Parts: sequence; C-alpha cells; structure tokens
Amino acid sequence: MTTVQASTDSLLLSASKHPLPRRSSLGVAAATLVVSALLFVLTPLDGVADFLVFWAVAYVLAMTTVSVVVEGSRRARDRLASTLTAGALILALIPLVAVLGFTIARGLGRFDMTFFTHSMLSVADSDAGGGAYHAIVGTIEQVGIATLISVPLGLLVSIYLVEYARGRFGRVVSTFVDVMTGLPSIVAGLFVLALWVLILKQGYSGFAGSLALVILMVPVVVRTTEEMLRLVPDSLREASFALGIPRWRTIQAVILPTALPGITTGIMLAIARVSGETAPLLLTVFGSSAINFNPFSGPQEGLPLFVFNEAGLPNDTALARAWAGALTLIALVIVLNVVARLLVRRSKLQPI
Amino acid sequence: MRRTRLLGTAAALTIGALSLAACGTNNNSTTSGAASAPATSGTTASAAAFDCATGSLTASGSTAQSNAMSQWVKAYQQNCAGSTINYQGGGSGKGVTDFTAGTTDFAGSDFPLSATEMTAASARCGTGNQAIDLPMVPGPIAVGYNLPGVTALNLSADTIAKIFSGTIKTWDDAAIKADNPGVTLPSLGIQTFHRSDGSGTTFNFTRYLENDAPTAWTYKHDKTWTAPGGQGSKGTAGIAQGVKSTPGGIGYMELSFATQSSIPYAKVGNAQGKFVSLTTANVVNFLSKATITGTGKDLALSFDYTNPDTNAYPAVLVTYEIVCQAGNKSTALPLVKSFMNYLAGSGQALLEPNDYVALPDNIKAKVQSAIAALA
Amino acid sequence: MGSPHPDGGSTLLVPETARPEVPGPTRRPTRAKERLADRLFRRLTAGSAAFILVILVAIAMFLLDRALPAIYQDSTSFFTTRTWLPDGTPPVFGIAALTYGTLVTSVLAVLMAVPVAVGVALSVTSYVPRRAAQVVGYLVDLLAAIPSVVYGLWGLIFLVPAIGPLSKWLADYFGWIPIFTSQGIFGKSIFTASVVLAIMILPIIAAISREVFTQAPQSQKEAAYALGATKWEMIRTAVLPYARSGLISATVLGFGRAMGETIAVALVLSANYEINIHVLAPGGNTIAANIANTYGDAGKVGQGALIASGLVLFVITLIVNFGARAIVARNKDFRVSAA
Repeated sequence: MTTVQASTDSLLLSASKHPLPRRSSLGVAAATLVVSALLFVLTPLDGVADFLVFWAVAYVLAMTTVSVVVEGSRRARDRLASTLTAGALILALIPLVAVLGFTIARGLGRFDMTFFTHSMLSVADSDAGGGAYHAIVGTIEQVGIATLISVPLGLLVSIYLVEYARGRFGRVVSTFVDVMTGLPSIVAGLFVLALWVLILKQGYSGFAGSLALVILMVPVVVRTTEEMLRLVPDSLREASFALGIPRWRTIQAVILPTALPGITTGIMLAIARVSGETAPLLLTVFGSSAINFNPFSGPQEGLPLFVFNEAGLPNDTALARAWAGALTLIALVIVLNVVARLLVRRSKLQPI
Repeated sequence: MRRTRLLGTAAALTIGALSLAACGTNNNSTTSGAASAPATSGTTASAAAFDCATGSLTASGSTAQSNAMSQWVKAYQQNCAGSTINYQGGGSGKGVTDFTAGTTDFAGSDFPLSATEMTAASARCGTGNQAIDLPMVPGPIAVGYNLPGVTALNLSADTIAKIFSGTIKTWDDAAIKADNPGVTLPSLGIQTFHRSDGSGTTFNFTRYLENDAPTAWTYKHDKTWTAPGGQGSKGTAGIAQGVKSTPGGIGYMELSFATQSSIPYAKVGNAQGKFVSLTTANVVNFLSKATITGTGKDLALSFDYTNPDTNAYPAVLVTYEIVCQAGNKSTALPLVKSFMNYLAGSGQALLEPNDYVALPDNIKAKVQSAIAALA
Repeated sequence: MGSPHPDGGSTLLVPETARPEVPGPTRRPTRAKERLADRLFRRLTAGSAAFILVILVAIAMFLLDRALPAIYQDSTSFFTTRTWLPDGTPPVFGIAALTYGTLVTSVLAVLMAVPVAVGVALSVTSYVPRRAAQVVGYLVDLLAAIPSVVYGLWGLIFLVPAIGPLSKWLADYFGWIPIFTSQGIFGKSIFTASVVLAIMILPIIAAISREVFTQAPQSQKEAAYALGATKWEMIRTAVLPYARSGLISATVLGFGRAMGETIAVALVLSANYEINIHVLAPGGNTIAANIANTYGDAGKVGQGALIASGLVLFVITLIVNFGARAIVARNKDFRVSAA
C-alpha cells in the first residue's frame, strides 16, 4: 500500500498536460517506417530481419520520446508498457502461426477418411495408404486413463498443500513436486519400464504408458491447482467456517468451485503436455501397427509415437502420414480444450 | 451435483467419440494389395515360397532394417492368414534389452551381441541354450553430397576421413581435385553432417574409415560420432534433409535416404585404392569375403577391409536378427522359424527394390541351415 | 489489509486452533460425523501427498540403483569429463558438457520466454478487450497443445534454415560479445534450441501468469485507479506484487520443463560433447537430448550412464527449486515488513 501512496505524490505534476490524440501512434509508426526505409536504402544497412528490428526499436524510441515531451513521463511509461505488452503478444503469436501453418500445410495431404479409419497393419513404409486409427484409439485411452488417475491425485495433493499442510512435510512435498516437473520424460518412461514391465512382469501395454504419463502429469496438475487454490481469498474460507461448515465441505463447495476455471486451465495444460510425449511411450507401450482396444494387455500404438516413427523414414508416403498424425494430435488436444472450457462455462462458475 | 454433471458430460463425450470412430479397420488390402504380388519374383526359391505358420510375434530393434522389415511383415501377413508380426524400431540397444528381458521374440540389431550381452541374452533362452545372431539385411552406406553443377564425384577413403574430421574445409581442396581430375569443383565451404544419435550406420562408416584411412582417421570407430566439427542430426532423415538443403553439404546415409531424397552419392575409395560405385554387385563383392566369427551356432560376421577385389564397395552395414537357437517358446517357435525362413529365403528378393542388398549366397546358405536348426 | 498473501500460503492461513469451528450455539447435531469426515478427508489428502513422495523416492532409488554401477565403471571423473563413450573399453563418460548445455539452453529459453509470456498475460488481462483477450488466450494455449515431436520437426525443417539470417545478424552486430562470435555456419546451435524451448514453455508461463493476474483483487485495482494511477501504475502497484510468487513458480515450472525436454531438443541440436560458449555455433547437447539420442543404441553400461545423467538432472532441478523458494521466502519477508 505504501507504494500506491507514494505515487500519488507525483500525481499533480502531469495533470495539466494533455494526452496525445489516438491516431498519434499510427503517425509515429508511419514516420519511423519512412525513416527506417530511407536509412536502409541510403546506407549499407541491409536485410529483412535488420529492417524489422530497426523499425520496431525506432518506433518504441520515437513514441516514448514524443510521449514524454507531450504527455509527461507517467503517461509515457504507461504507453511504453502497453506498446511492449502488445509487442509481446505479437511475438508470441508468430511461432503459433508458423508452427500451425507449417503443420497444416504438410498435414492436410493425408488428412482423409482412410487416415482416420485404417490402421497400419500390413502397410509397408513405402505404401501410400494406411492410417492412424489404431494410434488415435491408443492415445485417447492412454491419455484418458492418465488423466483419470492424475487429476484426482493432483487435486488431493494440492488441496493438502494449500489447506492442510503445515511445517516441514508440506514444504518437502511441495519442493519435490517441482522437482518432478523437471524429470525428463524419458526417465519417467525408463522407471515404468523397469518397475511395471520388467520387474512386475506386466508386459508392454497402453496402461504402462498411462502410468508413465501420470508421473509427468501429476506435478503439472498439482502446481497449477495449488497456485489457483492459494488465490482463493481467505475471506471466503473464513465466511464458510463462520457458518459452521466443516473444512472438507468448505473445500468442496466453496474453494474448488471458485478456483475451477484456473484448475481447468491447469488440467488442460497437463493433458496438452503429456499427449504429445513420445519418449515415455517409446519405452512402455511398445507400439503396434494393428488396432488394440484393450489398454491393459498387449502392445498399443500412440499418436506421438506414430508421428515420430513415420517421420524418421525416408519415404514421402511415411512423411505425409507423420504430418497428418501431427495435425490430428493438435486437433485432438484443441477439441478437448474447447470442450473443457465450454463445460466450465456452462457450470456457471466464474472467478470471484 | 455440479461436479457429477460435469464428469457425466465428459464421460458421455468420450464414449461418444470412441463409438463414433469405432468404424476403424485393420484391413488395408484395398490400398496395398497391388504391391504384394511381386514378393516371390526374381529368386530361384521353390514354388512353396511361404511355409506359413500362425500366431503372433513381437520384435524390436534396429531402425536401419525397419524399412525392409515393414515390407517383409506385410508380404508375410498377407500370404499367411492368422499371423501377426509386430516389429518396432527404437534402436539396436532397445532391441537387445527387450529380447534379453524376454519381452520380445526376436531382436533386430546393427551389431552382433557382445560377449556379455551374449551371456545375458542366452540366459533368457533357458539354461544351456544360446542366443544367436543371424545376418539378414545388408545395406550400403552412401556418401551423399550437395554440389551445384557436380554430378559425379570420387572420394578416396583418406579424403573422406579428412573431410569428416575437418582437415579439408573447401570443395576445391587439392586432395579432392586429385581424386577428381577434370572436374570443376566450386570453391565452396564444406559442411559435414553426421548422426548425433547412436547408430550402426555411424559404427560401420567410421570402421570403414579406420580401416581404409588409418593415417587420416585418428578416431575410434563407435556407435557415437567422435570427430569434432560438423553438424549432428538425430536419425538419417535429418542428415538427408541437411545435405539436401545445404550447398556444399556432405553426409553419410543409408542408401534409401539418398535415393528417396534424390541426393547424389560419391564413388568411394576402397583398400585397393580404386573408386567404386555403389551397386549391388560391388557390395556383394565386399560382403562375400566376410568371415563368420561367431562361436557355436552364432553367425556374427567380420568384414574383410583388406578385400583384394578391386570392385568391392567397403562402406557397408549388415543388420542381424537375434533369436534363441534353442529354447524358443513352443507357441512362438513355428512362426519364428517360418518367418525367419521367409526372410532368408524368398524374402531376400524384396531387399534390392528397397535399396538394400541381398545376402551373398555363401552367407545365405549358412543362415538358412541355422534357421532349420532352430528349436 | 487482511488480504491473502499468495506466497505465504499455508503459513498465513488461519491456524488450526483458531478456527471458528467451535462456537457453541451454532453447533449442529451431526458435528461428530462431520468431524470424522473432516479427518478422513484430511488423511486422504495427506496420503496422496505422501504417495507422491513415495513415487519420487522410488524413482530416485531406481535411478541410483542403475546409475551407481555405471559410474563405478567409468574410467574418468564423471563430473568433469566431456566425452561420452560409455560402451567403449574402458568406458569413458562424463556430464560436464551435457550439464553445461542443459543449463545454457534452459536459461536462454527462460530469458526469452518470461518477458514475452508476462507481456502476453498482462495484455490479455489488462489491455486487450475481454472478448479478444479470450480468443488470444486460447491461441496462446494452443502452443501448449502442439506435441514436442512437432516442435522438433518444425524446428528441424523450418526454424533451422530460417534462423540462419537472425543468427548471422546477431553475429554481425553483436559478434564483439564473445558468446555471439561465430565461424559463419549457422543453424543447429544452442541458440536455435533455446528458441524452440522458449516457444514450448511460453504457453505454460503465460497461462499461469494470466490466471494469477486475473485473480488480483479487484478492490486493490480500483483503489489504485481511484488514486489517479495510470494503467501501468495500477499494474505495478496492485497486480505485480500480488502475482510475484505465482510468476516465480511459473518460471520455475517453465525452467524445469525446458531442462527436461527431450525429443524437440534432440532433433534441433547438432549434438556434440564440447563446452562451447558461442551460442550461435553448431553444437551443444543437453542431458535429456543425449538420453533420447543414445538410449536406443546404448549397451548395458551406456544405459546406466544415461540414467546417471538423468539423476544429475534430477539434482539440478532440486537445487533450482530450492533457490526459487529462497527467493520467494525473501520476497515475502520484505513485503510483510513493507505492508
């Protein structure tokens, strides 16, 4: 609060100055564009990348200078902040457009009915046909089972950390959850391979893959959920306790619903994170070219594995399948994402 | 209440999605039936090319042979109803680990089992039984390059070694000129591409350099690239892509990647100082002098890099199938035997169209008799 | 103010003993039962937390069990050697170069991703109109939906050639800074891998930051505006302090993710075992990428050596997390005293 009070002292300084008109940013952009273009024509400066960077820097500098002179330093700082955040947004969308565009351009070639209704059984690498049906089935089952295990587990752990934990045990758990996020996915796969497949002799199966994914998924769920639960105002908790509502009911009826949108985001991130994992699947589900509906027995395929394997082959036919598989994988996660958000919105829960 | 509805909807959606898509099929005969016919052409094998067995096999290992394996599996499955063979790549190390742990029926490997691996793998086959290496898929290693305007290139072993160890830096170097009299070489910087993952291709390529260019190549042969410089790529696909997109690029790759990406490849110098083009005949010239160094029924090969044949192409990789000589699961044995029999028999005809090379007759005969003795 | 301190978490909650659960008149007849349910629920959550520890201990033991025999067979110092030939005779391997590469790529990725991610989260929560903000938010989340193998392939086929000019530009203008010095070959460098990693961790950091910013108390924001603050001053005084712990944990999450990323890095890095400070030159390697690159063809010692390197990664993550926690704790003290 002290900081806010401090800043009020400087308030009067700039109150008399007038803000810049709205169009001024466009004007400055145009002016710096012309100046940069001239510089690039007249001097040895060269290159598209150079030009864009030069222009962007020139714009930010010019805009800030103009703003400082006309509006005063407080408005100038405000303007600089909005320019930079907008710049960040554009910068973040560039790779999205690049990756998505690239994948769509290469993936649409085999994004057809055969692809979604056929397996790869008896399709050689150089054959044109074949599809990813078996891989789609496998991925849905593996990620589905992993989600069913990770989400309740992760929720319970984060509830413990936020609502109950005190002292050392809580801190230890919290630290180790973070450590778990840094576990290389392939190590999770190695662990499940050693314990489940080799020592317990359960064999390769979709479920073994799910177990490896659980190890990767739980920390993400815990970490994001924990952040969201911590942000639920204590006043809500206290109000609920004051009404004589027991703690577990408070958690279930007040805290979780309040944090639900954030939690959903966390779960979606976790699903997105694991559904593209290749390395742990490589070691646990074995892979197969035939359909296997049973996740608990026998080798199963997964979409990331499918993409990885097909992409490593020299044949154009296999490459086309790989990109179509990548596109399918992205589409699958997007659909899940949208559905989850719609569900959350329909159940009315909004952040307080 | 809210939560149950949420869960319910989610479950309904999942089930809906699954049942909607439940029209998937394993039947790919309509799309690929045409290609299955020539499986037996070109060999003198008897009419009964397919001595079928039923059941299912799983196997894993070498990615270098997976292209051939996918053709074999397809041909076998289409001719032998009731058989399923699931071969997955993942690398020779994984293949051996899986086989040793007993989770697969056979392994594909770029290397014969080492002594310690042999002990561990044999233990899996039961007491007193032995795991054996069967050489099955020979594949030439091409030295692909990207030189605008140059369509034919000779590279001696010494020159290749110097290029890949960074001693020769430009394409108009005197050593390359000496290998290629009369060819105009651009003064372009050389960019070498090698594998960054462990691979049998690297192992055999560096072993060729170690043997045929002992002074210029001072590094050990290994699965992992040990020379400095150059750009590494995971998998041959990355090397092919790198060479293809980089003027001045050069890299070693399995032949199929060079042909599929239309990358020209060099005539390679052998121990006799001759430049040899990569042809089936020249590879067979080299392989036919290989000796079997495996003990017992094991058929591990040892290449003869001093091969006196002036037409022997020395940059060659042979991948193996690893099976139990005896002690196979009784349920798997008939199919293992029948499938291996096919691979070493009429299946060999599928190798050349897919940029591999068929086994020389002398080795093939030994492999076939070893398979006949599997128990 | 009595408002929640996000980074204080559990310690700032009402202590167990002071909970207004007891007042006599409002006590309900089912209290005993509810108490039991409460205790059961508490046990359930604590049990889950313990289960996580059990899994981690199991993983750590598994790593140790596999790693130690291999380290014993190492003929050189495991921590200072750069070479990686664990299946040679004698085995020679060490994690010096791998650890270096892991840290450099991840730090660079975080340096690139965090400002952009925070900027995205700020503009989504405070600048862009609400409708558009949702769309943009989804779009950035989509980045997280792209599987790592696709990033790897995209990086290999698209980014590696495309980043050449940018790398050259950096080398031309900033070559006087040693790390940007270059021999003229660009493409599969530590810098490229960092860019791919930055893109991959961006959505995670952005999404968590966004949620944290959204949760900043409206009352404080309005108070800031009421005092005449500009939007940026409001953000600086009412949103950012509140979000600090969330931002740090988002960053650590991103950092951990970057260090553990396997396939994408393996595909875009020209892996070698050199310690190279020139981030634009080909080369570099990370622990995770090395596992992906060499596990498939590794022999027995080789697999153990790779698992040993995984263990090192595990320990690094541990240290980073303790560091982050120390920072959060110090921040909290500062803020408590300042408030």
